[in-house]
Amino acid sequence: MKENFAISVRELTKRFNDFTAVNAITFDVKQGEIFGFLGANGAGKTTAMRMLCGLSFPTSGQAMVAGYDLYQDAEKIKKSIGYMSQKFSLYEDLTIRENIRFYGGIYGLSDHEIKTKTETLVHQLHLEEQLNKLVKSLPLGWKQKLSFSVAMIHQPKIVFLDEPTGGVDPVTRREFWTLIYEAASQGTTVFVTTHYMDEAEYCDRVSIMVDGRIDALDTPLELKRKFNAPSMEEVFVQLARKAKRTE
Amino acid sequence: MKQFLFFIQKEFYHLLRDKRTLFILFGMPVVQIVIFGFALTNEVKNSRIAILDQSKDEVTTSIIQQLEASQYFDIEKNLQSEADIEPAFREGKIKLVVVFPSQFQSTLLHTNSAPIQVIADATDPNVANTLTNYASAIILDYQNNIRGNQDFPYTIQTEMRMLYNPQMKGSYNFVPGVMAMVLMLVCAMMTSISIVREKEIGTMEVILVSPMVPLRVVIAKMVPYLLLSMINIGSILVLSVFALDVPIQGSLLLLVFECFLFTITSLALGLFISSVTNSQQTAMLISLMGMFLPTIMFSGFMFPVENMPLPLQIISNIVPAKWFYYIVKAVMIKGLGFFSIWKETLILAGMTTVLMLISIKKFKTRLE
Repeated sequence: MKENFAISVRELTKRFNDFTAVNAITFDVKQGEIFGFLGANGAGKTTAMRMLCGLSFPTSGQAMVAGYDLYQDAEKIKKSIGYMSQKFSLYEDLTIRENIRFYGGIYGLSDHEIKTKTETLVHQLHLEEQLNKLVKSLPLGWKQKLSFSVAMIHQPKIVFLDEPTGGVDPVTRREFWTLIYEAASQGTTVFVTTHYMDEAEYCDRVSIMVDGRIDALDTPLELKRKFNAPSMEEVFVQLARKAKRTE
Repeated sequence: MKQFLFFIQKEFYHLLRDKRTLFILFGMPVVQIVIFGFALTNEVKNSRIAILDQSKDEVTTSIIQQLEASQYFDIEKNLQSEADIEPAFREGKIKLVVVFPSQFQSTLLHTNSAPIQVIADATDPNVANTLTNYASAIILDYQNNIRGNQDFPYTIQTEMRMLYNPQMKGSYNFVPGVMAMVLMLVCAMMTSISIVREKEIGTMEVILVSPMVPLRVVIAKMVPYLLLSMINIGSILVLSVFALDVPIQGSLLLLVFECFLFTITSLALGLFISSVTNSQQTAMLISLMGMFLPTIMFSGFMFPVENMPLPLQIISNIVPAKWFYYIVKAVMIKGLGFFSIWKETLILAGMTTVLMLISIKKFKTRLE
């Protein structure tokens, strides 16, 4: 395994009793890359991502995340990664300021850091007016953007996004991706799962999981060429059709 | 340490912003004490009774007057014949009928003995029992009065003393019970709900991905409810001493310490519940059915454990509230010191440790 990869996975497997959710997947993610992690529902992407975040323990295989071994340095990995879950992960009954303060706090940021972070973050998202309002009063699109910024609050080396734009309108999705590009341009590796194929086109490289295995991994351009398909959607459908597993 | 404080602060925000729950949490012990203290009581007063007096002589009139004079009975109607008894009960208002046979006085004077029949509506056996006891006591009293004029060579006098609770107040029994109930509810139910809620909304995952140590998450979740419970204990004790006149006979410090211990037990139970379910509703149901009901049934607060069948008596031993109830009664009512309750304290502490260890272990394995 080379050290300069942000994520390096070898034969990673997760079995639940006799069901193999993730079947010996192997791939590398370069530093600063936007890596799209695609797959139909039930293909095993969330399970794979949960293992890389330390939420789920692998059955077998090796993985290095941010230069640390998944088995030995789980605590160090936690400090180097950010995570935005499928479910909305802010507290609705806390204000925006309190949410930022809380997540900054549990990542061990100092009061001063939290203060400056709050300012830049709020400025970036144009939330100055809403700073002391409860999160539940925000529209969904803003919540998602805020959620992403909070996941980035400790400037992680890698950020994991699990279907971050589910249920959000196209304009907000575009804005969301602007945030992702900004993060990547500052050197953060972005590991993102999505069901939107236009988003897959935005990624530097894309992997497509079918039945617990990675069936394709390349740049969107190269994938379309290989499968002789006009769009990523077509590539995805060709691969996903082969799936035997249903949800 | 600082992340820990941030976490506790966040817990307090949740707690303080949910005004309705907060109101219930602080209001519940007060309402329970007031209800149990002033409204719910085992004593039966002003029960409606009927009289069937077929003799109508001096003695029966005098007994009826005494029944009427007592605070327990109100004479609702006078029946004319035995055929009226059943219909009187069927109406539902009458709880007791006292029947004097004809020629009551003359039978008594000539044979030195006369029967009175007391018929009770035993659909509620406890009330029936209490009422018949009251009635016989009043009749016995009358009998002693007429006998008082004569010389009687031998008499046995029973002198009764009600130890620890001379006025036989129900509050001596339920104050410790309410304490167990409130602690169970606040700690077990609220902790489990607050942890499960974070699982439901997805924030728990984010917290587990963060460098925050799981053990600290657990402790931070418990601290607010620990504090809340201690406030509740305070208000229950103040109410019971000043409003219900239930004194604290033993050491206040010891009592508070034991409450603290039981609070930890309940918190551990709450944590345990949260580790076996992912939905708030299930957590609430388990807390109510699995914790709250056994607390009421097996602590001895409502139903005496000694009278239960042996298997139930054995089961009652695994209900933490039973031991807590015993301890509180011993310290608060009997005024006993630590040496009388160290065994029970040890059992409670043991249960707490085991529960805590299992739950923390389960909480950790969830994320691995």
